[in-house]
Amino acid sequence: MDEAISFVFLMLASTLRVATPLVLCAMGGLFSEKGGIVDVGLEGKMLMAAFFAAATASVTGSAWAGVAVAVLAAEALALLHGLACITYRGNQVVSGVAINILAAGLTVVLGAAWFARGGQTPPLVGDQRLMPLFLPGAGDNVLVYAALLSVPLTWWIIARTRFGLRLRAVGEMPLAVDAAGLSVAWLRYRAVLLCGLLAGLAGAYLSIGQNAGFSRDMTAGQGFIALAAIIFGKWRPLPAFGACLIFGLLDAIAIRLQGVRLPGLGEVPVQLIQAMPYLLTMFLLAGFIGRAVAPKAAGVPYEKEH
Amino acid sequence: MLLPMVNVALAFIVVGAIVAIIGVDPLHALRLLVVGALGSSESIGYTLYYATNFTFSGLTVLALDRWLPAWLLIPIAIASAALLGAAWAAVPAWLQAWRGSHIVITTIMFNFVASALMVYLMVNVLIAPGSMTPQSRTFGPSGRIPAMHDVLQAVGITVAPSALNLSIVLALACCVAVWVFLWHTPWGYALRTMGHNPEAAVYAGTSLRRMTMLAMCLSGALAGFVGVNELMGVHHRIVLDFPAGYGFAGIAVALMGRNHPLGIVLAALLFGALQQGGAELAFEIPTITREMVVVIQGLIILFSGALAHLPRPWLQVLFVHRA
Repeated sequence: MDEAISFVFLMLASTLRVATPLVLCAMGGLFSEKGGIVDVGLEGKMLMAAFFAAATASVTGSAWAGVAVAVLAAEALALLHGLACITYRGNQVVSGVAINILAAGLTVVLGAAWFARGGQTPPLVGDQRLMPLFLPGAGDNVLVYAALLSVPLTWWIIARTRFGLRLRAVGEMPLAVDAAGLSVAWLRYRAVLLCGLLAGLAGAYLSIGQNAGFSRDMTAGQGFIALAAIIFGKWRPLPAFGACLIFGLLDAIAIRLQGVRLPGLGEVPVQLIQAMPYLLTMFLLAGFIGRAVAPKAAGVPYEKEH
Repeated sequence: MLLPMVNVALAFIVVGAIVAIIGVDPLHALRLLVVGALGSSESIGYTLYYATNFTFSGLTVLALDRWLPAWLLIPIAIASAALLGAAWAAVPAWLQAWRGSHIVITTIMFNFVASALMVYLMVNVLIAPGSMTPQSRTFGPSGRIPAMHDVLQAVGITVAPSALNLSIVLALACCVAVWVFLWHTPWGYALRTMGHNPEAAVYAGTSLRRMTMLAMCLSGALAGFVGVNELMGVHHRIVLDFPAGYGFAGIAVALMGRNHPLGIVLAALLFGALQQGGAELAFEIPTITREMVVVIQGLIILFSGALAHLPRPWLQVLFVHRA
């Protein structure tokens, strides 16, 4: 009995550990997409934040400074995305792709130039990392709780505040918002900046919470899994959170099942489980599991009439 | 014509700033980049070798975006280049045409499915017996495409050995074929019409679904050729992750090439030169790594894609003054 309880606890803890960056990223992406700005660049923002968190923590010795600079780095990319998509009405997917590539290259170039370790930062120890708060060994650092808190907060802001109402309107029908005398651009910039904030926290969690340092391409597609979670949750915070947990659990299972033979099934390919989030999302998009409808104006630049 | 150049110039100005931040004289770095790329016959060989790949992935994008806005096919370049070309591209095509699924998202998802499948196959099925790293056995001589230096040697011209191989001929042939297809066949005409005005195309009797399938499968097939060059021309075996970012580079090449085969050949040459020059640069200046090239690609996609409208007002001011 005790064994079962401890097994469940371990799986739960490991699911939560893996899901934390997904949750933060997905909530960030929700703000952006609800406001009508498609964000394929979550991955890049998270990667850049992870690098600057580890680099700052390693130089200053403070994990908190790392978190702060990580958020600033992600916000810089968020502003770039905003500039391209909102001010210059560029293609949102192209901008996101550019940001991903830029981050993948820049983190290694800067890392190699500053630390001379082939793109890695020096290993972080002690106060340079975020430590578990209540449960030693479970990895429950402050950002895990921030992720849990971000879900009701995101729901409340989007569903219950004046800003949230306007944000939804700007993602569905910006013309109406404009006609009401509100600035479409300023609303969308705020959405993009909120997204940067949360993606920055997600990145910091990766390099100074979950791991002890930055390594190249350490996000490994998690930004895209977060994007999948948003779609899987049909652009709503609580279902998206659920999707993140499912994807996190799948990952925890994949790690546990590595090389294990299941009775009747044989060895389950780990890669199949890892591909599950993507396959599930494709099934959903194909209309086999309900229907996922994006905010109407997502991806469409708004051109103000003069 | 001026705008693409200004955009690329802007990208390079930012690159210069980054190089300066790292503490290297940007002009010195630029000189090395150019000399590294074009300075010796060996380097030219390598420049063309990279260009071959980029031509292929750029063409993928080209085959599609006459009727789709450019951003629709971006992830396709990667997905199909990575694996089965046309067949692999047919799945998201079907989902878009018949189920109305957002093709950008489905192809991004399919990329990851492709890479998971690839890892599974490499680790469990294709791995060479006794090998520690996930790569297949070496192809037999019949599975290799002759290297260019060997071919030229046979006709009495000596050049330094490089990875450039005969698949560049295939690449150039594809450029011509795509040009003929798009501008001189009824199907190409229908595709281009769809790109400019889908409603008009439907009114003229074009089936959007069939055209979606056609364009996606063609594009997948072209992207599959990247594997021809990489695996049969260079590695002579199947290695993991051989597409190594060519899909994304293909987008950059297509953006710069303005979706015309000739423009794509020129843009591919520039990118090949960048890749090779970047390698030389990394060799000469230890504080700069090869990933500098990735940064440059990202900036080019940013400035000639997403921020394409940025310099327009300035240029207008400039020309209005002159007029």
